[in-house]
Amino acid sequence: MSVVLVDAGGTNIGSVRYALQRLGVDAALTADAATIRAADKVILPGVGAAGPGMARLRELGLVDVLRSLEQPVLGVCLGMQLLCSHSEEGDTECLGLIPAPVRRFAEGPGLRVPHMGWNRLSVQRPHPLLVGLGDDDQAYFVHSYAVPVDDFTLASTDHAGEFSAIVARGNFHGMQFHPERSAAVGARLLKNFLSL
Amino acid sequence: MLSRRIIPCLDVRDGKVVKGVRFRDHVVMGEIVDLALRYRDEGADELVFYDIIASPEGRSVDRGWVEKVARVIDIPFCVAGGIRSVDEARAVLHAGADKVSVNSPALERPALIDELAAAFGVQCVVVGIDSLRDADGEWRVRQYTGDPTKTQALPRRTLDWMVEAQQRGAGEIVLNCMGSDGVRQGYDLEQLSMARAICQVPLIASGGAGTPEHFRDAFVQADVDGALAASVFHSGAIAIHELKHYLHGQGVAVRL
Repeated sequence: MSVVLVDAGGTNIGSVRYALQRLGVDAALTADAATIRAADKVILPGVGAAGPGMARLRELGLVDVLRSLEQPVLGVCLGMQLLCSHSEEGDTECLGLIPAPVRRFAEGPGLRVPHMGWNRLSVQRPHPLLVGLGDDDQAYFVHSYAVPVDDFTLASTDHAGEFSAIVARGNFHGMQFHPERSAAVGARLLKNFLSL
Repeated sequence: MLSRRIIPCLDVRDGKVVKGVRFRDHVVMGEIVDLALRYRDEGADELVFYDIIASPEGRSVDRGWVEKVARVIDIPFCVAGGIRSVDEARAVLHAGADKVSVNSPALERPALIDELAAAFGVQCVVVGIDSLRDADGEWRVRQYTGDPTKTQALPRRTLDWMVEAQQRGAGEIVLNCMGSDGVRQGYDLEQLSMARAICQVPLIASGGAGTPEHFRDAFVQADVDGALAASVFHSGAIAIHELKHYLHGQGVAVRL
């Protein structure tokens, strides 16, 4: 099986790559359109801001490549947000593969932004990506923007209101948290993605 | 609900984990990767590595061990120590760290915080603050605390610096209360509560943990997001797994 990590300039690429290595998969880091198209699985990692993230994909000529993929695709953190239609962060037009807005957490008394730390995943609807996920399982989040809960939400998380923690629409999937830093729970979810 | 985080702190010096009392007299506690794995297995939510000598000596953190840790560890970790520029931070983040923490270099040049936040987003930028109460009752910032012969007392008030750090782009603040550090008499709840009132981003308590009750008090009374400790974990005086079960029983949200 060939797995590629799209090199969109995010700083967590190394961590995602090591997490896949721990699962026995050596993922290539690439920005090459043909390599991405030929892969069995495509992962779009990302730490950073939506504007520069999309600008980098445009620069690399990868926007239409990513939109046309038919194999399983996983966006992680900012990568998931880039799969959505639009982000409030820098008023950025995104890939539009998951018809959802990305909104900033409304700061309020006692609500810390960024949402940083471990939080519970609540399953909203069954999906092969969620196999083995327990009721009390937690994942590690670090983000200031989030996707509201909608039909494509597989699992949600509460931070002064529910938001989408895991999404899927067709072959496109997203995880708002960092599976590569979510201990056994994250490893299980990555393994599930590789098994799709 | 967001879980409160238990964060073992590993002070790194010359490639080993060390611990001192009141930031002095360091003794070797063990190998970096071995201790990192041990804490991951025991249920630590996150790890912080401070290269305590990098900043006073004016050199950057050694990236070799950062990459070694990143390969084996599947929980988040933060690296601190002499990070003075966007390029140095990028190298540490690319080596696999999830966050960088800046302390003395941010005091030398506060614009460093703005630059890091612009380059990587605030979620990667932790500002560590070493704070000690002066004779006049004010908490003020200390610099270069890794080396007692180079430590400087600054005129800057701790709470003023916390406000400025957040305005500049700190995504998390670690408040090291030096007066209580290493003596296991409890976190400085008075100072942490004052800090909490002006801290909109996650606040991590550091310095003074000796018993499970100290952790509970920091979470319940000072409402901190995470509690950092070193010697009580290194010595085995507190087992993280048992600590988290205790906190759960006390109504504190934790990851079990």
